[in-house]
Amino acid sequence: MAVAETGAPVGGAPDSKASLLSKLVGAQTPFQTKRALWGYVYAAPWILGLIIFWGGPIIASFYFGFTEYAVIGSPKFTGLSNYIRAFSGDELFWPSLGRTFTFAGMYIPFAVGGALILAILLNQKLMGTTVFRTLFFVPHLIPAVALAVLWTFLLAPRVGPVNEFLRGIGISDPPGWLASRDSALASVTMINVWAAMGGNTMLIFLAGLQGVPQELYDAASIDGGGAWAKFRHVTLPMLTPTIFFNVVLAVIGALKVFTTAWVATQGGPSYATWFFALHIYFQAFQYFRLGYGSALAWVLAAILIFFTWVQVRYSRRWVHYEGG
Amino acid sequence: MTQDTLLQSGPVSPQRAMQLLNRGVTYLIIFVLCVLFGFPLFWTVMSSLKTIPEMFSFPPILVPSIPQWANYWTVLNIDYPVGQWFVNSVMIVILTTLGTLITASLVAYSLARFEYRGRDVLFMITLSTMMLPAQVTLIPQFVLFYRLGWINTHLPLWVPHWLGGGAFAIFLMRQFFLTLPRDLDEAALIDGAGYFRIFWSILMPLCKPVLATLAIITIIASWSDFLGPLIYLNTPEKFTVSVGLQFFNAVPEVGGEPMQHLLMAACVMSMVPIILMFFFGQRFFVQGIVMSGIKG
Repeated sequence: MAVAETGAPVGGAPDSKASLLSKLVGAQTPFQTKRALWGYVYAAPWILGLIIFWGGPIIASFYFGFTEYAVIGSPKFTGLSNYIRAFSGDELFWPSLGRTFTFAGMYIPFAVGGALILAILLNQKLMGTTVFRTLFFVPHLIPAVALAVLWTFLLAPRVGPVNEFLRGIGISDPPGWLASRDSALASVTMINVWAAMGGNTMLIFLAGLQGVPQELYDAASIDGGGAWAKFRHVTLPMLTPTIFFNVVLAVIGALKVFTTAWVATQGGPSYATWFFALHIYFQAFQYFRLGYGSALAWVLAAILIFFTWVQVRYSRRWVHYEGG
Repeated sequence: MTQDTLLQSGPVSPQRAMQLLNRGVTYLIIFVLCVLFGFPLFWTVMSSLKTIPEMFSFPPILVPSIPQWANYWTVLNIDYPVGQWFVNSVMIVILTTLGTLITASLVAYSLARFEYRGRDVLFMITLSTMMLPAQVTLIPQFVLFYRLGWINTHLPLWVPHWLGGGAFAIFLMRQFFLTLPRDLDEAALIDGAGYFRIFWSILMPLCKPVLATLAIITIIASWSDFLGPLIYLNTPEKFTVSVGLQFFNAVPEVGGEPMQHLLMAACVMSMVPIILMFFFGQRFFVQGIVMSGIKG
């Protein structure tokens, strides 16, 4: 700010043309104007990127949602027919949406809760914490395709080691996992939980745990609180902002589930893992119904925006912010 | 826990015993978890060293009798251009990461250090792009690249990253710039340095840790990306490792010969670079996640 003020007299009284430009960029002196212009220059790549890859596509996809469009040729306006078809004429629409919610309902508590448990274990200052942390994190690093492939083999009904282990402990008829209609959805959930539990979510919890002041634990000890009381009345309340952040991210991630299901089961057997993101992919990029695919994408966007809004709205009831 | 136990003395107080028991139980849980997280990885590596009969033997064999290290050589010399997939992935990762590092830090510099009309709105819009599902923009982007004639080229996979590198990268860099004292810039400005010089010679050297973080996160995301290459690439020579593996997985017996052991070897090869990267850059990576998570 000091520099900005010394810059003013040097430039002299701004003429009317410069002041118009100054007003336009929200500056008062020629120095500030010049600086503001440089600001735009450095932001230019992203402004361009926002227009080309976000703004333009958002408007275009909203429009495509009301058209029939197959890449070749131009979009043909058909009004609400895509949305009507989605809600009442597409027999895969509601089941795939329901399946995605079932997945999210199983995935979020296990992934976020599991990550919290892992973080609490690692926060005990045990020997070898770094090694454990790395080992827990590695599944998160496996490219999703390799993840799906390796679990397909691990869960192979006959020759897979998981079922061999289950037979070894006396379960004579272990599940068919990914190959069976009844257990495919649960298997895909399990694979995703396995990969996500020790990942970023756990690291964020660890950081959150390290931010809980020791005095609070000491105070709880003096009051005679045991381990559970400390967890319930110190750790958990202090961690609510972190839990909130992780849950929001988990909801977004869960509703977009795609790769593991696509590689491991291709949506099958008999549509058991046909998630909503898969449905969009098939409509848009296999059948090239770009208009219908866009409409479906907007349904997903609306659901995501709604859930994020609900979470932010109701977070005040349970999220505790220190000093706020 | 109570006053009485605290006052008690003896060779092993009940409290100490309780503590030891707690420790023991914690270690036991961690051991079980290590098996749960470690076994699938161990099993994958072992499978990649098996012969086909060993792979499908019933009951399953854990460790191959003679490790078939040749599998790793064979996989590079089969009908699929597996070596080419790795070259493609490496090229795309390098171009993506360079673009992200350079342009995201420039944009973040602008957001953190300059005052202009619309800056805060720009930042809010940037953050809100993180909430929107990729599916919404995917279809128009596909149309755009189709019109540009970029389908079945690598351009759609890396060119967009040269326009700001995405909201997360900009956000991370901006947060870091805000922690650097502004006196640095102003002193340099008085000494006659231009804005680009301040950015390049003064601020960037101080950003090395966060640049390392961003590089690692970008490399991991770009290497694992599946949806992008799946949509834009059609011919096997153009594939990246991710879609290549999927292709390999979907048609395992083209020549009539089962190749699942080679598929496992290819899987391991796709995992190793990323895991090594994580081992060496762990400190930076963890810092970055923590920074984005706590301030988010």
